[in-house]
Amino acid sequence: MAIFLNADSKVIVQGMTGSEGMKHTQRMLKSGTDIVGGVNPRKAGTTVDFEGGVSVPVYGTVKEAIEATGANVSVIFVPAQFTKAAAVEAIDAGIPLAVVITEGVAVKDTAELYNYAKDKGTTRIVGPNCPGLITPGVSNAGIIPADISGTGRIGLVSKSGTLTYQMMYELRDFGFSSAVGIGGDPIIGTTHIDCLEAFQNDPDTDAIVMIGEIGGDAEERAAAYIKEHVTKPVVGYVAGFTAPEGKTMGHAGAIVSGSSGTAQAKKEALEAAGVKVGKTPSETADLMREIMQGIAK
Amino acid sequence: MDLFEYQARDMFEKHGVPVLAGAIATTPEEARAAAEQIGPKSGGVTVVKAQVKTGGRGKAGGVKVTKSPDEAQAAAEAILGMDIKGHTVGTVMIAQGARIAEEYYFSVLLDRANRTYLAMCSKEGGMEIEQLAVERPEALARVAVDPNTGIDAAKAQEIVDAAGFDEADKAAITDVIQKLWTVYREEDATLVEVNPLVKTEDGEIIALDGKVTLDENAGFRHADHEALEDTAHADPLEAAAKEKDLNYVKLDGSVGIIGNGAGLVMSTLDVVAYAGEEFGGQKPANFLDIGGGASAEVMANGLHIILSDPQVKSVFVNVFGGITSCDAVANGIVGALDALGDEEDRPLVVRLDGNNVEEGRRILQERNHPLVTIEPTMDGAARRAAELAAGPAAN
Repeated sequence: MAIFLNADSKVIVQGMTGSEGMKHTQRMLKSGTDIVGGVNPRKAGTTVDFEGGVSVPVYGTVKEAIEATGANVSVIFVPAQFTKAAAVEAIDAGIPLAVVITEGVAVKDTAELYNYAKDKGTTRIVGPNCPGLITPGVSNAGIIPADISGTGRIGLVSKSGTLTYQMMYELRDFGFSSAVGIGGDPIIGTTHIDCLEAFQNDPDTDAIVMIGEIGGDAEERAAAYIKEHVTKPVVGYVAGFTAPEGKTMGHAGAIVSGSSGTAQAKKEALEAAGVKVGKTPSETADLMREIMQGIAK
Repeated sequence: MDLFEYQARDMFEKHGVPVLAGAIATTPEEARAAAEQIGPKSGGVTVVKAQVKTGGRGKAGGVKVTKSPDEAQAAAEAILGMDIKGHTVGTVMIAQGARIAEEYYFSVLLDRANRTYLAMCSKEGGMEIEQLAVERPEALARVAVDPNTGIDAAKAQEIVDAAGFDEADKAAITDVIQKLWTVYREEDATLVEVNPLVKTEDGEIIALDGKVTLDENAGFRHADHEALEDTAHADPLEAAAKEKDLNYVKLDGSVGIIGNGAGLVMSTLDVVAYAGEEFGGQKPANFLDIGGGASAEVMANGLHIILSDPQVKSVFVNVFGGITSCDAVANGIVGALDALGDEEDRPLVVRLDGNNVEEGRRILQERNHPLVTIEPTMDGAARRAAELAAGPAAN
């Protein structure tokens, strides 16, 4: 078990034949992912050879790929201007999980594709502008390096890619059930709350690390959810205490406007819900280490 | 990207939203000429308005009603160069006067929590909407808008009904609301706000003052949006960084920061600020994210930008290589320092982990540059960088 991604995950890659798609498909294959196909209407019927003697067939559409392979996950690497169309195609084909790695997607496109998926009710969207998710040792859908940490019983959900890597590295002695990079855009398909719920219900997860950052009120809402529904220990980290108002810090969603979206408000909300919040990533890892050592006894 | 009022006005006009005549001026003489042209439309009355991207300009004296070109010139003289909440006024708009009967409010914006759009509308416009929302929330209608269906006639009707407009006014207001939705959708806006939306004594509905925020990620659909950028007020370092496609934000501290990934860099700023408390309040000098998979060249460009900031006293390079390879980062550091030569004397603290870290550290150790210190942890490196920024006096 794990969340969203497991041994039964059969992964296709939309945009596999592009340079980013090729590079990351190779990495996903190396980390044990069952990649069953790529999608590119102009290269349908061909195959792409990867290191290690793996040959991956290319299909014209997501629908054809699903029919031929039984794929249940799509990882999307297509350029930002084509992302919405690619996601809509995956949603129309009824893929259960679509992981949108592409950054720089227009927020209107994300709003439209997310609501389209929501209305159809058959596809979970992760991202956009995210590193994807990994169930170490089992499957890897996206760009999270598989060699940072092995499998274990900590669940991780994060708005930030590199903070995901940092936290996995700090806690590599314990390992992770799954780690999900949900992305830092103003609208994202899978939220902290979705992952908290899944980790709470996952018998292979003992404790959860939640990484947030300035902007919006997702962390505050996650705090309210934790208070009501999460019994497993949660440790939190919020980035952006020193970010000034009105300046976007890299992620399109990371902006403090007026009194809302500050790191301090998020920290206070999480602490009020009983979440221990670290001051730095290393301190956060130490808080989780204490919890895991307590569980081990 | 936030637009100036006059840019929003022009965009409204392009999509058929009723607006008043207006022209911009950067000198009192231009303001006079504009008033001579526009004034006759409204009995000689014009309004001279400071163009600043902040609220509260009325209270600050940035809006003046004038009755003649002479008065318009004098008003422009007073307003140009004025400081409004840290924004220096470089441009004024000379707008046609209006006989206002009633002031309303309308906006459509991104609703992050619900992952839809939200339309807000009130019969009580003119005042600060945040204040209205707190004091009389029942007077501000909030209607969810599905991104895929938008504000059609039925949705516009729902909005005006919720806001409680008089029956006689509803048709005209729904028409304007639908046009404002067109602006929001067709221009890839994340905010379109009209405050006030007015009814004139003649019963016309007019967007008197508008605020528009555009999504920079949608630039590929809007070649014309680039020209709307306010390059005159951009920080020179931010402008130089942008030219190199670097994600850089200038801050006020002394420790230059370079890292990969927005979250890690934000976190680095925080960790440096905490560590800096011990060393006389050293703070981060900037945000700079070199992104994923950065090359040695990108790293070197970043370092050049940071070192051209005279406020910087030390630099902290914090990289966790996921896709980014630590050897490329190390080569970038070495290359930039070698290019700068003996003129550069500010120290660099480098923390590398992740992809190809051994090779990255080896490159730095082999070069053994006198300005470079390698630290094994992020917290330790932040402390060292803050200490170096404070200089020997703080020890």
